[in-house]
Parts: sequence; C-alpha cells; structure tokens
Amino acid sequence: MTLPDSARVEPEQAVPTTVDELAPLYRQMLAIRRMEEAAAKAYSQGKIGGFLHLIIGQEAVCVGSIAALKPDDYVVATYREHGHAYAKGIAARPIMAELYGKKTGLVKGLGGSMHLFDKPTNFLGGHGIVGGHVPLAAGAAFASKYRNDGRVTVCYFGDGAATIGGFAEGLSLSALWKLPIVLICENNQYSMGTPLYRSLAVEDVSLRALAHGMARDRFDGDDVIRVKRRIAEAVERARVTGEPTLVEIVTYRFRGHSMSDPGLYRTKEEVEEWRRRDPLNRSRSRLLEIGMAEAAIEALEADVKAEIEDSVKFAEDSAPADAYAPYVMKGAQ
Amino acid sequence: MAVISYREALNQAMREEMERDANVFVMGEEVGHYNGAYKVTQGLLQRFSERRVVDTPIAEMGFAGVGVGAAMVGLRPIIEFMTWNFSLVAIDQIVNSAAKMFQMSGGQFNIPIVFRGPSGPAVQVGSQHSQALESWYAHVPGLSVVLPSTAYDAKGLLKTAIRDDNPVVFMEGETLYGMTGEVPEAEYLIPFGVGDIKRPGKDVTLVAWSRMVHVCLDAAKELAKQGIDAEIVDPRTLRPLDTAIICDSVKKTGRCVIVEVGWPQAGFGGEIAYQVQRQCLDALDAPVERVCSDDVPMPYAKNLEDEVQPQVKDVVAAVRRALYLD
Repeated sequence: MTLPDSARVEPEQAVPTTVDELAPLYRQMLAIRRMEEAAAKAYSQGKIGGFLHLIIGQEAVCVGSIAALKPDDYVVATYREHGHAYAKGIAARPIMAELYGKKTGLVKGLGGSMHLFDKPTNFLGGHGIVGGHVPLAAGAAFASKYRNDGRVTVCYFGDGAATIGGFAEGLSLSALWKLPIVLICENNQYSMGTPLYRSLAVEDVSLRALAHGMARDRFDGDDVIRVKRRIAEAVERARVTGEPTLVEIVTYRFRGHSMSDPGLYRTKEEVEEWRRRDPLNRSRSRLLEIGMAEAAIEALEADVKAEIEDSVKFAEDSAPADAYAPYVMKGAQ
Repeated sequence: MAVISYREALNQAMREEMERDANVFVMGEEVGHYNGAYKVTQGLLQRFSERRVVDTPIAEMGFAGVGVGAAMVGLRPIIEFMTWNFSLVAIDQIVNSAAKMFQMSGGQFNIPIVFRGPSGPAVQVGSQHSQALESWYAHVPGLSVVLPSTAYDAKGLLKTAIRDDNPVVFMEGETLYGMTGEVPEAEYLIPFGVGDIKRPGKDVTLVAWSRMVHVCLDAAKELAKQGIDAEIVDPRTLRPLDTAIICDSVKKTGRCVIVEVGWPQAGFGGEIAYQVQRQCLDALDAPVERVCSDDVPMPYAKNLEDEVQPQVKDVVAAVRRALYLD
C-alpha cells in the first residue's frame, strides 16, 4: 500500500522574521518555561498537588499558533495547557495561584492544573479526558457558523488522542459541516509512555484529513515563526472559507508525561538530541542574528524572571480556596 | 383545554421556545428531514430551516460534545438521542463535560443544554434498547433529571428545561408518546423539584415517575376494589428531588411503596427509601417497599418481558405487604 506524501518539504533556511515579531514570542515561550519550572519546583516541595503535565520543550507550538489568532478566536486545549493559557493572554499570577489551589486562582482553586478556563480571553479549557474536548471545540466552531461571527476555533490535542473516538467524531463533524476550526495535533511522539509505533498503524496523523476531504498540514514545531506562518494559513482558510484544517506539528516534551513520570521509556541520547533543537535556544540565536542586542535580550529575560517570581509569591501569599457549593450549577446557592 | 398527545406537547414546547429564543436549536439523528425517529420534532425543519434543526450522522459522542461546546459560547442546544440507550456512547460528554463545566471553570462557563429522547423499556426491542438509566444520571451533581408522565407535565417541564441555564437530562417515556391529556392553550412552565399528586389517597403512598405512574394508576383502581385508597406521588424530577411532597404523603398514609422500571440494585428508589426513613421514620407503620424490574437484562419474548417488568399485580402485592394484609 502506498500512502500519500506525508509532509510539505521543509525549507532548510529559517523563516524570515523581524525582532518586533520574534521578541514577544520568545518572551512568551520563556515565561511559559520559567512558569513551568517554578511549578515543578513547587510540586516537588509539596505545594502543588495532583497531576502536573509540563509542556517544556513544546512551547513554540502553542505560542506560534496562538500568535496567528485574533483575541476573539476560541482556544480549546488539553490538560497540558499552561502554555496555551498564557499565550492566549492569561497572566502568570492566576495560573500559578490555580496550581497552588488558591482562592485567587484562575478558576478559584476548583480546577487545578488540568482545568484552566478564562472567558475574557476566550480560553475554553483545560480538558482532562483525552479526545473528549475535540467535539467541544467543533461545537464552539459550530456556534460561530450559526451566528456568522467570523471567529475561528483552534483545538489542541496530542498524538495520544488520535486513537480515541472523540477525535474521530470531532474531525468527521468538522469536515461534514465545514466548521471554522483548526485542529492541531501536538505530536510529541509519546502517548504517555507509549511511542507512536506502538499506538498508531500510520504515524502521520495528518493523513486522517484525507478521508474527510479536509485540508491538512504537517511540519516541525521547533521554529515559532514557522508555526505562526503555517497556522496562519489554516486560520485564514477557516475565517475566509469556513473550512477546517487538520495540522500535525511534530514536537517533543523534554520531561515525563507528568511529574510522576521519570520517562524511563526514552533513551538519554534521544532526549539530548531533541534538547539540542530547543525552540527557545533557536529563537534566542535567531534574535541575535537579526539584530537584537544581547543586553536587550538579557533585559527581557530579567523581566520574565521577575514576572514569574512575582506569580509564585502571589500564589504563596494568597488565601486558600474557600467555596465550592455555589459552583455546581449556575443560580445554585 | 385542548387534548393532545405527549408527543405533540413536547413538539409544542420546542416550537414555542425556538420561536421565543433564536439561540435555541435542535440537533440529533433524523430530527430534520425524517421528522424524528419518534416524530417528536415533526415539522420543525419546515418552520426553522436546516440552520436550527440539524440532522447529524450517527455520532452521539460527537454531536453531544458539539452541543456542549456550542452551549459554552452561549447557544442553547436541544440534543436529541434517538433513545437514551444510545447516550451511553455519549455519557462522557454529559457527565465529564456538561455536568462539570460550570464547576471546572470556577463559575465562568454554564452549559444551557437539554439532552432529550425516549427512555425506559418499550415493547420487545431487546436488552440493548430496553433500559431505564435515570438512576445513572440522577447520581451526578451538575445535572437535572426530568421524567414527565403526562402530556401536561411534558410540555411544562420541557419549556423549563430549555430555559434552564444548566444541563438537563430529559427522559421521555418511549411508550407514552401516543398518550393524550389536557394541555392549556396559555403558556405555562413547571418548575424543577416540584412533585405532583397524580391521585390523592389515604392508605398508602405510591411513588412513581414516567410510565410507572400509569401502572400505579391502574393498580390504584384494583386496590380501590379491595377497599385500599392509594395516593400516587410523581416527583417529576429526580434531581432536584421533591422529598417534601413524598414525606408529607407518607406522614399521612404511614406506608410507602416505590415503583420504578429500573433495576433494583442502586436504583433511585433506594435513595427515596433512604430519604423517607430519615425524614419520617416515626410516621412509618411498615418497612418501605420497592417494586422494580427483575435484576436481569431485558429478554425479547413478550411473556418474559412482561414477567421482568413491574405489573399491576406486583404493585398490588407490594401494597398488601405494606399493609400487612398478606
């Protein structure tokens, strides 16, 4: 059996950009990295509980793709969503306070790491059942079509979601009804501890689009500007023609599935190879290449450090969560 | 008052609410061009167009999730399951998405959605299509669970469900669609959590909902011949549950028999029995009795199917036990 070609040919050269475009994206990626490092430290100190899924290594995917959106556009994400939330415009303080389970947390200490939601920035979660949120995202896109409001929905999911029914049905309905949605598979190559070759008969998830007559794209996710450009094409397609796109972005998480996972199913060499492709280092080098002064980058980095330290202090100083009964149903006491 | 069918009452409720609010739409398998597998959505497509009466492919988990997502951003979906049996492949969206979204989002995203469709055993459709799943959904905080037994209740409760800002599990009696009853011309709504006395009586309290109300009404006629005056309490919504109307009745009669078509173990009648003994133990003159289906998947053969489900004779026998007559 011959399958269609998997991906567009990747350009060897870096994607053209400017300091004005790249510096804010580098800053976002760095803030997400520092925020998650601070969260990991607090987790190891017992200050954050439950599950904590870090995105470290994958930051260019959420930052680059959300940079292609308008503020009115919807984002629907998984339980590995701290970065997506920050990139959509949610401040570090309420995110960190939520991880700490505090009253000042984004969702008042009721959701935790996996359930970040924010109505003002159109961030629709934060979902903990793999693949179950893909139909929800199609529903937000359905509402945009129903109202003809011009908004686009972007839905993120991992390669691990490619095997479950929620993804299959969300994909099928998005295509059938021509919904303005961009479905982004963040392929970090492991479904928890199971590598692609042991979970997918065909490892290219983007090929699923073909059976639905849907546009598709597939590329590496270590260059934040490339992510932004390619997702912008899909967003434009959704906004102008109302047609969905399935995009697969190949990436890698440097740490385990969650804090309890030492990642023993991967070799040191493999992890080291991907660390050499760190999207943050790549962007930093690029900024120097295109003319940003080292001192200016260091000032930006100091600013990020202060922002994240402030968020940790804010979380630690905040009062504990104190109410749950009013949040079972709207209107309930 | 007009006499219309339970089916027509539901249809009127949807039609009126769709006229009233442009955010309300209906979605499900065969709801549009086919006019509904049970014809509950008859004529809605012609009136409201494909934009608001949306036929879906067979993908319950997909379109239930689409409904929840659309509700997150302010639409008010009515999601029809061809039968509640098929909700089991969409239960993740009902329990994990719809019921939890308001809580998970710290009160930011309420889900104004109605999941509706026929429920309970019909006639000879086999075990996979003959289930009463209300006890499953009544277990879940964040949901309302509604089971109308008459045309009047069906219309008033469905209109309330559509206007509710939270997810509603609306279970219609699959064998009640053709049953007729009086329905006022003027608009009315029935609040959740308010039960109804379907027959007043003084000797024993029968608690039942959906089709079992009608089995109890028939049983009450039989009991009347034996000189026993049964009161029938229909809670109409299992969540929220009107425990006051049940306990007030038991305080009057001193006897309580709960009749449900579901299975006995962990069935909702067990919760009612708990509430009754907790709130009016002193009023009870006998242990609370339950009448349920047998603890088996539903057989196909008509004689066996009848044997499995609560019948008039089973209700009469339970009442006589509660009165220490046998």
